[in-house]
Amino acid sequence: MDTTGRPNPLFRNLSAKIAAIPMILTALVIFVGGTAWTVIYSFTSSKLLPKKLFEWTDVINIGDWSLSIPTGIVWKSFVGLQQYERLWNTNRWMVSIENLFIYGLCSLVLSFIIGFVLAALLDQKIRFENTFRTIILYPFALSFIVTGLVWQWLLNPDFGIQSVIRGMGFVGFTFDPLYSADIVIYGVLIAGLWQGTGLIMVLMLAGLRGIDQEIWKAARVDGIPAWKTYLFIVIPMMRPVFITTLVIIASGIVRIYDLIVAQTSGGPGISSEVPAKYVYDYMFQGQNLGQGFAASTMMLLAVAIVVIPWAYLEFGSRKRG
Amino acid sequence: MTANSVEIRGLDLAFGAVEVLKDLNLEIPEGEFLVLLGASGCGKSTLLNCIAGLLDITGGQIFIKDQNVTWAEPSQRGIGMVFQSYALYPQMTVKGNLSFGLKNARFAKAEIEERVARAAEILQIQPLLDRKPAALSGGQRQRVAIGRALVRDVDVFLFDEPLSNLDAKLRADLRVEIKRLHQKLRNTMIYVTHDQIEAMTLADRIAIMRSGAIQQLGSPDEIYNRPRTKYVAEFIGSPAMNFIDGVVAERGFAAGDTTIPLDGYGWADGPKQGPAWLGIRPEHVATGELAQGKPFRQEITVELFEPMGADTLVWTTLAGQPFHFNLDGQHKVATGDRMTIGFDSARGSLFGKDTELRL
Repeated sequence: MDTTGRPNPLFRNLSAKIAAIPMILTALVIFVGGTAWTVIYSFTSSKLLPKKLFEWTDVINIGDWSLSIPTGIVWKSFVGLQQYERLWNTNRWMVSIENLFIYGLCSLVLSFIIGFVLAALLDQKIRFENTFRTIILYPFALSFIVTGLVWQWLLNPDFGIQSVIRGMGFVGFTFDPLYSADIVIYGVLIAGLWQGTGLIMVLMLAGLRGIDQEIWKAARVDGIPAWKTYLFIVIPMMRPVFITTLVIIASGIVRIYDLIVAQTSGGPGISSEVPAKYVYDYMFQGQNLGQGFAASTMMLLAVAIVVIPWAYLEFGSRKRG
Repeated sequence: MTANSVEIRGLDLAFGAVEVLKDLNLEIPEGEFLVLLGASGCGKSTLLNCIAGLLDITGGQIFIKDQNVTWAEPSQRGIGMVFQSYALYPQMTVKGNLSFGLKNARFAKAEIEERVARAAEILQIQPLLDRKPAALSGGQRQRVAIGRALVRDVDVFLFDEPLSNLDAKLRADLRVEIKRLHQKLRNTMIYVTHDQIEAMTLADRIAIMRSGAIQQLGSPDEIYNRPRTKYVAEFIGSPAMNFIDGVVAERGFAAGDTTIPLDGYGWADGPKQGPAWLGIRPEHVATGELAQGKPFRQEITVELFEPMGADTLVWTTLAGQPFHFNLDGQHKVATGDRMTIGFDSARGSLFGKDTELRL
């Protein structure tokens, strides 16, 4: 008998594999299973409780054996794409999508620009760098709920920024984004940026610090001005940091919910609604699980459309330089 | 005016309360290959960065080609610099790396092409022009880095430990190549290293630095044969010099009950007496028949030997102090062997105990 053969690769690092089983199961059942369940039940007319999609029919009993062989199914509450049709015909959902789009685009662009500029400024070997870094990062320590409340007050025309500036004598000054349906989302954006750019700055700063100082020296000897060095040499070198930052910002955008709840509750009217709030409201307050599932499936689909091509480009071809 | 390519007058540099360079003076004639040599933290790279203009100095003046460049931007000084980590721009091709500075200085396209082609030819990197730095080996990267200095058509080349990141074989190859480049271009080159072999082989003159000051400035030959301080003597030479602790007396150098004659010793400033070290290089010790002709001879016992191929390093005791010397590598030796060694203290160096300076 050949006992010196290569051991079965299945049993290599066996203890590590056993240790990983709970996590694998959790991931499969909770994440994959839960997601699949949600998608399936978005095709039902479930209201307060999930309803069965279908039932097996024609259960055959063979002799004394209580053996059941399903021979067919009967659709119970399957409604096809009805929930989706309703979703896309709901004005509130359309407003939510529009808001998410505006908020997401502005938040992404401004977070990147402000975060990078702050990091670049902090990277100039300034005095009290730690102090500035702490001040700028501090809002990140607050939850979105607190941030939302603080900015609700700050943007309140009766005792916020507007009243302060009017108190200084500029009687005609008007700044009340949260009370105007057209620009309310920008009021939320201010609060979101105030809370989030600190983290982006820290990530960017870490990226900048990771750049070999000799690159800077070489660029100086070559006579390349600082802004050009940033634009053509340093920023391209920071690609991995930018990707990490992009993922963090994007995930924050898609799940934006608590900031809206605290700051505007979706108002005035429905003008600052967002998809996550739509999902929550239908699932737990409107008692319309089917509609909530459909909305969350749409959100999943939107994320997948962005992430899958990116992941394919990033990890698919293993041509790393 | 003398044709000094680089001149440094009374250079001071301090980071807060820490003085890194103190009243440093240095004159480098046109076309010289000067090596700044020293242990880590001696200020050699700092000095190079000051010359390049990458560090603002606290006091003193720097002249390049008789122009006061003390406060000029690095790019205005007529210098090119090569870094230890190569510092290539990773997302640009080799050609992009070479031409980026020129493009930025708004050179004509044809001029850029010509300069890049010339640098590529000198460094033999033409086949690599369209590659990215990541696709190059360490030696190729360093060549591109040298090329980036070359295209700028500068008077002075600065090298900041350019070979430290390479393996031993490549280092030896590129060392020869840098020397060839210097012979071809005849530019002034200032080269920082901690590797004494690089220094000895490349330099016209070596400046040995220690804690922000130049200990000795001289040709490799001077540095090796007539080290001015005990530190220089210790630093240069491998295996390291022997230092025999003793006293310079009338009859010679007395260490314990051994007296070593000092006839023919080239005194720096007339014969002196007093406590001193006698430095003898291991490779200047003769054995066997050759030892017979030496002014000082002694029979010793082999205590330990380290075969190194070309040589064998033998450890023994001389005048009650540890002493080592080189033997031919093929020489059969065993612990406990007795042999006669001899040396001529005229080839050695005496250092006063009070000043550590050469006597």
